[in-house]
Amino acid sequence: MMAKTLFDKVWDAHVVDTIKNGPQILYIDKHLIHEVTSPQAFNELKERGIPIAHPEKTIATADHNTPTKDQHLPIKDALSRNQLEQLTKNCKEHNITLYNLGHKYNGIVHVIAPELGITQPGITMVCGDSHTSTHGAFGAIAFGIGTSQVAQVFASQCLLVQKPKSLRVNVNGKLKKGVLPKDVILYIISKLGTNSGTGYFCEYAGNVFEEMSMEGRMTVCNMSIEMGARGGMIAPDETTFQYIKGREFAPEGVELEQKIAYWKTLKTDEEAVFDKEFSFDAEDIAPMLTYGTNPGMGIKINETIPIESNESFEQSLAYMNFQKGKKLINTPINFVFIGSCTNSRIEDFRIAANYVKGKQKAPNVNAWLVPGSQQVVKQIKQEGLQVIFEEAGFELREPGCSACLAMNEDKIPEGEYCISTSNRNFEGRQGQGARTILASPLVAVAAAIEGKIVDITKPF
Amino acid sequence: MEKFIKLSDTAIPLAIENIDTDQIIPARFLKATDKKGFGENVFRDWRFYKDGSVNKEFILNNKNYKGSILIAGNNFGCGSSREHAAWALAGYGFKVIISSFFADIFKENALNNGILPIEINIKILELLLQKIENNPTTKLSVNLEEQELNTPFGNIEFEINSYKKLCLLNGYDDIDFLVSKKKEIEAFEVSYKK
Repeated sequence: MMAKTLFDKVWDAHVVDTIKNGPQILYIDKHLIHEVTSPQAFNELKERGIPIAHPEKTIATADHNTPTKDQHLPIKDALSRNQLEQLTKNCKEHNITLYNLGHKYNGIVHVIAPELGITQPGITMVCGDSHTSTHGAFGAIAFGIGTSQVAQVFASQCLLVQKPKSLRVNVNGKLKKGVLPKDVILYIISKLGTNSGTGYFCEYAGNVFEEMSMEGRMTVCNMSIEMGARGGMIAPDETTFQYIKGREFAPEGVELEQKIAYWKTLKTDEEAVFDKEFSFDAEDIAPMLTYGTNPGMGIKINETIPIESNESFEQSLAYMNFQKGKKLINTPINFVFIGSCTNSRIEDFRIAANYVKGKQKAPNVNAWLVPGSQQVVKQIKQEGLQVIFEEAGFELREPGCSACLAMNEDKIPEGEYCISTSNRNFEGRQGQGARTILASPLVAVAAAIEGKIVDITKPF
Repeated sequence: MEKFIKLSDTAIPLAIENIDTDQIIPARFLKATDKKGFGENVFRDWRFYKDGSVNKEFILNNKNYKGSILIAGNNFGCGSSREHAAWALAGYGFKVIISSFFADIFKENALNNGILPIEINIKILELLLQKIENNPTTKLSVNLEEQELNTPFGNIEFEINSYKKLCLLNGYDDIDFLVSKKKEIEAFEVSYKK
């Protein structure tokens, strides 16, 4: 038999049919939806009189356009309120489980599905959100889709898709102190660029990923789309199985044992060949910062901004008000955002709290901590992290996508710098004229304490 | 979906690389629950300043440049999966987008909304951008059946998935097709559960 990659194994198990000279019909096991990219898909089906094929395979949450303060009160903005009302109405009408605002399972779609045990190895999963790649951390095929495709999955539980090419990124060796999974993925994107993965599905391999927690693996796979790859995957292992065990929708007993036996087969065969392959040395990775307006424009924390001259590069630096050849260390920072589907899990807040303990936030800094879900909020409180944050002057908010895309009220003012643990530093992403620097939770929290970017690898 | 067969028109050159979907339609405009009205806000923060005044420097505000063809720098449509970006471009009147590279999700979204993304060699793209910047009245022709883009530098053949081509030429969409495959899908579900 031909050697297969992890991706091939999962993909091939889900192909319903292959259209001659065309795409394949891929079966989708789980469909996640949210308020922003679903209403037009519900309308589409209604107009055509088509029912939803499998409401029981669809899970909804409200996250993109929700407030992170006073969630128990009516939403002030009329358009946002309407969007959430539409989601509630649509889910009720079609019998879809909705974890609405205030529900104990509510939160960012890519945080709640793994923590509820919905995300499992070997499944196919889609959502009208490009960061669906997150779930690949479990060895699932998970990718973002447009609203027309949301309607397709509603109508048929399938998608018409062209099989992507295969890419593998290997990172082996020992990570330096202070280097987090976020740094690993920012480093990879800075080396490969924002479109190296376009047309590909990426597998991350090597001891660095094997040794990562599930939270760390999710951070890595989450940002696959920032190098253009539709998805990223990591082979499931004991860490994966232990994470899933005991979660709300996880299989139990004999069923779990059978599943684990199958999940263990989900790894790339030794002889399998990838269309593209890259390898990096873990020792070369340092805490990272972005200096421009796409996630590929990243440098190590103590490096200088590269000297390039082309119109797009110049425009990017002008927007950020940064100069070529200069370091970012000591840049004053007024906003710090720890949150988003990239870094809002309990591990991220533990790292932050561990650093913050006994220190005080700099007076010039607004530090927003936005947990990824109600369950993360609960953990933060149970573990006593809330007290640490509050004593240090940080603001712990309610869950949601928040300042990652600034659809709600959580916007960074024009011209201000924000060190953000999110995934995109595009122009205006965090608010009109806002300047985003992507970093790990550790680098972000250090900036919140010092009021400026500091090199966490050195005593300061 | 509207059919796409042929088009001959002038083009608007937007020589910026890595144009992400947040630039095409900023997140604050994603609160609508229908597909209408996004065209008004396409490239909103490049077309207008924060106070609402017009940015005369931006090419879409230059009256010399018109047309339903957009020519954009490498890696167009990266970032968020928001189909609102395709709705905004279609709403503004674009029917064809030419670049040297498109992000995967955007490309699918465009095709699902009757917009034809045409990928051409980066060197030719640069020449084309320059040519149109200097001569805004230059016409380009697209023939989908022949998969040909006619430019002042000659005819360029472009690639398109044959299934998607058929959909565009006939105005079919994937939902119709998938619903027609109901039996096969149900048979798969039975075998798959085992």
